[in-house]
Amino acid sequence: MPSVSMTVNGKAVSGEVEGRTLLVDFLRETLRLTGTHVGCDTSQCGACTVHVDGRSVKSCAMLALQADGASVTTIEGVAPGGPDGELHPMQEAFRDNHGLQCGFCTPGMVMAALALVEKNPDPSERDVRDGLEGNLCRCTGYQNIVKSILDGAKAMREGA
Amino acid sequence: MYDFIYHNPATLEAALETFEAADDGQFLAGGQTMIPVLKQRLAMPTDVIDLGTIKGLSGIELTDGTLTVGAMTPHAEVAASETVKSAIPALAALAGRIGDPHVRNRGTIGGSIANNDPAADYPAALLGLGATVKTSKREIAAGDFFVDLFETALDDGELITAVSFTVPDAAAYEKFENPASRFALVGVMVARTGTEVRVAVTGAGPCAFRVTEMEQALAAGFRPDALDGIAIAADDLNTDIHASAEYRAHLIGVLARRCVARLA
Repeated sequence: MPSVSMTVNGKAVSGEVEGRTLLVDFLRETLRLTGTHVGCDTSQCGACTVHVDGRSVKSCAMLALQADGASVTTIEGVAPGGPDGELHPMQEAFRDNHGLQCGFCTPGMVMAALALVEKNPDPSERDVRDGLEGNLCRCTGYQNIVKSILDGAKAMREGA
Repeated sequence: MYDFIYHNPATLEAALETFEAADDGQFLAGGQTMIPVLKQRLAMPTDVIDLGTIKGLSGIELTDGTLTVGAMTPHAEVAASETVKSAIPALAALAGRIGDPHVRNRGTIGGSIANNDPAADYPAALLGLGATVKTSKREIAAGDFFVDLFETALDDGELITAVSFTVPDAAAYEKFENPASRFALVGVMVARTGTEVRVAVTGAGPCAFRVTEMEQALAAGFRPDALDGIAIAADDLNTDIHASAEYRAHLIGVLARRCVARLA
């Protein structure tokens, strides 16, 4: 089987995969990073959103081998203190603003939000809604997700 | 998805050789259509040849009024490019409305046009702007490139390397999108260069097409009301759960007028 090496959340990792192994399956099954979710498997819902070399991608629409040599960030890599430490301001904003209900879409929402704020640190509500085109919330909690992202972006500006 | 042998050639030549040597080879560009297609087992190649590792297939260049976009350039890059925004702002805007931000980070112009989805945006841009598709063996005019539903003039084992656009005097793209998929229910590109006008439509038929009657009317007078009285026949247009052929025909007129209103 082919082997693949990449940096995930700052750590060098490698593993054996099949040609057809999706990046999301490598993250979840091989690395046991199960924070990245598979909601639809048809590349519509965005629950599997991660960053590859700084760009948000749907990890169910990318082969693990296509990420060979890349730097990948998943939801587990977002909090500055690691999974058991302090939350990232964007995660904190989701908590403060009731930005999650069942929480299934949340990892993808946070990763989409961070990619959006990276490009546009002071987004309007419209920018946020447009930026979430690729992420679905089945609880339909968009109102508070948008609020969370606006609040998270503000916290990130103030913290920067 | 069935398993396959994955290849990541470093050069275009190696990619073509790998394709020739494979039982049933399949090129992979950004994968935003191809990977879902593989998952659904609509394609079952023995070998997948990833073009993402080939140098020189990505990038944007403007020389002497010609904008060249490398085949592997992602939509997000075209949308954000200052070069594209100043040369052909309608093209940047079109690229910025394909799919969603994550799809735009992976999906490429070459992959999109090679797939020739009837509801894809780029085919309207290529036809409307009279683009040229550069491949591993020839140059193909956009008008000859899009043949039919998911069918292009590409031969087996022929790879798109770039698309070049002659910068028009003005162009606009209007899209009535399916709110769930962001694909074009109908999309219309109107471009004017001197007295020549092109009107290209995607989403409405089996494959993107030009509307010569509208082009002639606009060449005679570039105003929205020049399109009054031009009825688009619904006969060959698509009907599906989202819209009837008659509705799509109507949208062509509406969107074409909106384009002209923005440019006139």
